Amino acid sequence: MSEKAEGSILYLDEVSVSFDGFRAINKLSLVLEPGEMRAIIGPNGAGKTTMMDIITGKTRPDSGDVLYDGKVDLTTLDEAGIARLGIGRKFQKPTVFESHTVEDNIELALKARRGTWATLFHRRSRSEQVRIDELLQTIRLSDKRDLLAAKLSHGQKQWLEIGMLLAQEPRLLLVDEPAAGMTDAETAETAILLKEIAKTQSVVVVEHDMTFVRDLGVKVTVLHEGSVLAEGPLDQVSANPKVIEVYLGR
Amino acid sequence: MLTYWLTNGFDRKAQIVTAVLVALAIVVPLGSLLPPDDSVLHISTYQVTLFGKYLTYALLALAVDLVWGYCGILSLGHGAFFALGGYACGMYLMRQIGTRGVYADPVLPDFMVFLNWKDLPWFWYGFDMAWFAFLMVILVPGLLAFVFGWFAFRSRVTGVYLSIITQAMTYALLLAFFRNDMGFGGNNGLTDFKDILGYSIQSPGTRAGLFAASALFLAFFFVVASALTRSKLGKVLVAVRDAESRTRFIGYRVEHYKLFVWTLSAVMAGVAGALYVPQVGIINPSEFDPAASIEAVIWVAVGGRGTLVGALIGAVVVNFGKTWFTGMLPELWLFALGGLFVIVTLFLPTGIVGLFARLKSLRKPPVAPVAVANQSGGAS
Repeated sequence: MSEKAEGSILYLDEVSVSFDGFRAINKLSLVLEPGEMRAIIGPNGAGKTTMMDIITGKTRPDSGDVLYDGKVDLTTLDEAGIARLGIGRKFQKPTVFESHTVEDNIELALKARRGTWATLFHRRSRSEQVRIDELLQTIRLSDKRDLLAAKLSHGQKQWLEIGMLLAQEPRLLLVDEPAAGMTDAETAETAILLKEIAKTQSVVVVEHDMTFVRDLGVKVTVLHEGSVLAEGPLDQVSANPKVIEVYLGR
Repeated sequence: MLTYWLTNGFDRKAQIVTAVLVALAIVVPLGSLLPPDDSVLHISTYQVTLFGKYLTYALLALAVDLVWGYCGILSLGHGAFFALGGYACGMYLMRQIGTRGVYADPVLPDFMVFLNWKDLPWFWYGFDMAWFAFLMVILVPGLLAFVFGWFAFRSRVTGVYLSIITQAMTYALLLAFFRNDMGFGGNNGLTDFKDILGYSIQSPGTRAGLFAASALFLAFFFVVASALTRSKLGKVLVAVRDAESRTRFIGYRVEHYKLFVWTLSAVMAGVAGALYVPQVGIINPSEFDPAASIEAVIWVAVGGRGTLVGALIGAVVVNFGKTWFTGMLPELWLFALGGLFVIVTLFLPTGIVGLFARLKSLRKPPVAPVAVANQSGGAS
């Protein structure tokens, strides 16, 4: 393990994974500092979602190091274990618990003991109730708290999922296409919300929407065919001839 | 902790069900034992046993609903746990026969004497004691479910694949219990019981007692299931049912939750089987038949999946229909059952309970939503 990992919140070194001979991730290396927000862009099939899967334990890499907090080896843990370390993930397609109310969705995600017995005899405390109320306020769903999540609009589901992510109080958030399917106004608001979150937490955002990435105003990593093509501020990256070639085609 | 847990679970639905079951546990035995045989109030021993049997089926259905309705595990092998509980009870009843058997052997059951066995197999030890048999009623199905679930859930076998393995499990047990050298009476199973806890198994008093026990056990497990599904754990189970991988990504070890509810459900099924056997007077390998397990799933679907009450209603209604149908047109019963399942799946996806809920919401006057909200708020 490299010394470069020290002090970083997320450290990927020479990570590779292939599915049936197809190299989805090819010697990918990436370092994220604590408190940093990073946008990941890249054409379809560049390996953005697979990278998220590797970090969150859904997919095991064939080779390479994946370290959290400079020391914890994520490749040996399962999804639940990684989530408990403080890594939260938001999916591309909003996935909330449809037959639960908005409030129950937040309660389930709320940072608390996750064991079977602890949840069996769990009783909502006053501080938990306060926290739930705060979160509902943040995601502007206070008046919808008793509504089933299935009844929410697409944009509201995205927000609820962000609320659930915050409820976990993670130190690192992985957000997959948060603006997908949102109106322009919602997209702008989501950018503000993410910037707010990034003040206290480290965030990795995967996004297609260039205006949204510009709104975030953070360092950008361009993925292509499973490895890093370019890294830097958006303007510098989008002026890179290699990036232009990948995006505009040959 | 436990008091909060139980009171939180004891909602209006659980109160009504418990009240009905306790009332049945009192009224039916009284109606069976007190009025003279020709009175209109008299309930015959045949009817008592029949309804008692329905109640044990209802408990099996409750067990199926807990895993299927709330956690999305479609078990097509719950009959195996039911039958194992039944066999554990049957073994106790066999040991109670003693010298009254055909071969009058004080220790060996008749079928063992018939097979020329000299000694009692080790796994029959202890079954002469009621407490030991009751322990086994809980432990054997529970242990099998735990081991099965440990491997299946850890390997993340889900959906139709899991259903098929549960089916294979009960089929394997069916074949095993058919064999004479397994030591469980083979094809004929265990029967010709005489006593239970020192009372004659045929007497109306015992039958009434067994009925009451079935009703009370059902009420007890209903309250447990209700408390469980209303707890935070119950919410996690529904979360697993609706979006399993999402539940993992917020930090819940899904396999532990599944294993917990699966094992508990198997224990409930085992207790149901143990109450069933003394009432019907026989346990044989046909209880392991995969078709029996599928039937239990149909009861739940007909009553309304994921409602708990629906499981009880479905089990009683379908079995009542079965008793009636097999009396009138026995050869058509399977067609009727299949047709019922198709109709319910197509037109009544939420079952009988869902139908009533829909009728109620249709009748509700559209203008007083506040009053309705207050009422339901006060009751819960």
